[in-house]
Amino acid sequence: MQTRWHARLMLALLLAPALLWLGALIILPHLDLALLSLRQRTGPQQYVSSLAQYRTFFHEPLYWHVFVRTAVMSVVSTLFTLLVAFPIAWIIAKILQGRASSLLFIVCLVPFWVSETVRTLGWMILLRESGVLPALLVKLGLTAVPVEFLYRDATIMLGLVYTSMLFMLVPLVSSLESLDNSLIEAAYDLGASGASILRTIVIPHAAPGITAGCIIVFMLTLGNYLTPTLLGGKNSEWFTEQIYTQFITRFNWEQGAAFGFLLLGLSTAMVMIGLRLAGQRFGDVMRRT
Amino acid sequence: MIPSLPRPAWLRTATAAYLIAFLVFLFLPLIVVAVFAFNDASYPAPPWRGFTMDWFLGNAAKARTGLFQDADLLGSIWTSFVVASWVTLLSVLVGTANAFLMERARFPGQQVLSVLIMAPLVIPGVILGISILAFASRLAELGEDLFGWELDFLRPGLPLVVLGQFSYMATIATLTISARLRRFDRTLEEAALNLGASRPAVFRTIVMPYLAPALTGSAAISFVMSFADFNTTLMLVGADSPLTVMMYGRMREGASPVLNAVSLFLMIASGLLALTLLRGGSKPPQVQVAAPSAP
Repeated sequence: MQTRWHARLMLALLLAPALLWLGALIILPHLDLALLSLRQRTGPQQYVSSLAQYRTFFHEPLYWHVFVRTAVMSVVSTLFTLLVAFPIAWIIAKILQGRASSLLFIVCLVPFWVSETVRTLGWMILLRESGVLPALLVKLGLTAVPVEFLYRDATIMLGLVYTSMLFMLVPLVSSLESLDNSLIEAAYDLGASGASILRTIVIPHAAPGITAGCIIVFMLTLGNYLTPTLLGGKNSEWFTEQIYTQFITRFNWEQGAAFGFLLLGLSTAMVMIGLRLAGQRFGDVMRRT
Repeated sequence: MIPSLPRPAWLRTATAAYLIAFLVFLFLPLIVVAVFAFNDASYPAPPWRGFTMDWFLGNAAKARTGLFQDADLLGSIWTSFVVASWVTLLSVLVGTANAFLMERARFPGQQVLSVLIMAPLVIPGVILGISILAFASRLAELGEDLFGWELDFLRPGLPLVVLGQFSYMATIATLTISARLRRFDRTLEEAALNLGASRPAVFRTIVMPYLAPALTGSAAISFVMSFADFNTTLMLVGADSPLTVMMYGRMREGASPVLNAVSLFLMIASGLLALTLLRGGSKPPQVQVAAPSAP
């Protein structure tokens, strides 16, 4: 009897921090944000519940333009990240062995111990009009005057791919490492070409890692603020920036809350679609990272 | 293809070239930041005008403010340090409790809770920030209206920054610590109990030493990520700016090599931390997995 009572007490003690954390910092704030997004200010301290905030979003072309643009650019930059990271993951997991392989893996992860601010500062020094790359191009005679590389979509994309690399590399390497080399050898001996080995053996095996990487990179890209605003300047038109503007600059919390929910909805929807495409469960994917 | 299969020469060359290009891509921004911390010019841009330590040591006499004289920057490093310490402490404590809860206890609703624990990772940091900001001000207003309390810690400021970062860092700590707890061989524990050890003694002498690498690993990750967090912090920050927010503000205004100097300081500090961890003997994967910047 006493041990059961003891076990109950232990369970309660272990549950308390989890419930406090999730309740006070995740669940209640999001419920509050939902309520906030569903009301409209009619006068000082006067509110009525309405869908006006969401209506504004759909009626104002600027807002949904930025929303769609952010979504599309996030998808494209996720695919680029996958394309760039895959060969590197292959080199780490399959071509190099032993110490060389783990050394390269560590080297690839090192830059991500430094904050995004520092890495973005590096890109700004490289790419701005008075920066290193434009100066180099002039010196090489490729351009007559220094070119401004900042404030372009391609530059934003470059920064986003760079900053997400880690989150793609880690799941890819771990899923490729578990692929048995003898399968590839067998396929080769049976006459399969490189492309068909990739398509029929490697990609199906690595699918969980690819999904995990893509989902995380997409979410982080969609929610990124620093890279688009610094590399894109006024041209960045990133949706998180709209949220910031509504919340902090204009102090229009109702509108900002609605934008927040739209972003959250988009992110959740894309995660669901990704999981459905790969036939996987959320928990398994998160555990891989 | 893999080494055991014949690889044509062009493919080997292409692989090597790609790897080198990738490493250049990866390290170039960091190298550039480090190099221009020592350039003798008031703007971090080419051409190279000679080596100087002014951006670290410079003072009013030299008409340049170096990092060690820049009270604002030093203050923001200290702010980040304080915030990161709190976030680390909270995350590791709650992460450990959660790990035992999910791996050892069985209770109704556990499935639901396990999904909820993951949730903070799929919520963009900006939204975590605004939701906590809105909820905290609602509580503050309630406290003021109902009881006349001045709940200043619920207004934008460092306590909220700590809570905001902790809200998702706890998930990362939980994942790291439960991953190790799951691989624990429970027969060790049973053997010790059979031999007459009390439960607290088993916990102290067997379970905790086994978990130690995961605890230090997740502490380091929390600390580094807290230092690097931007999205959540930006929404919750008050008068005292942590380093990332301060740097962001100055980067928008225009660049000064002092930012390069403080960045170099960050690189060295996080490099040393990473090295200590790798040397510490815990198998790297645990630590590597999340060396990241903020979600």
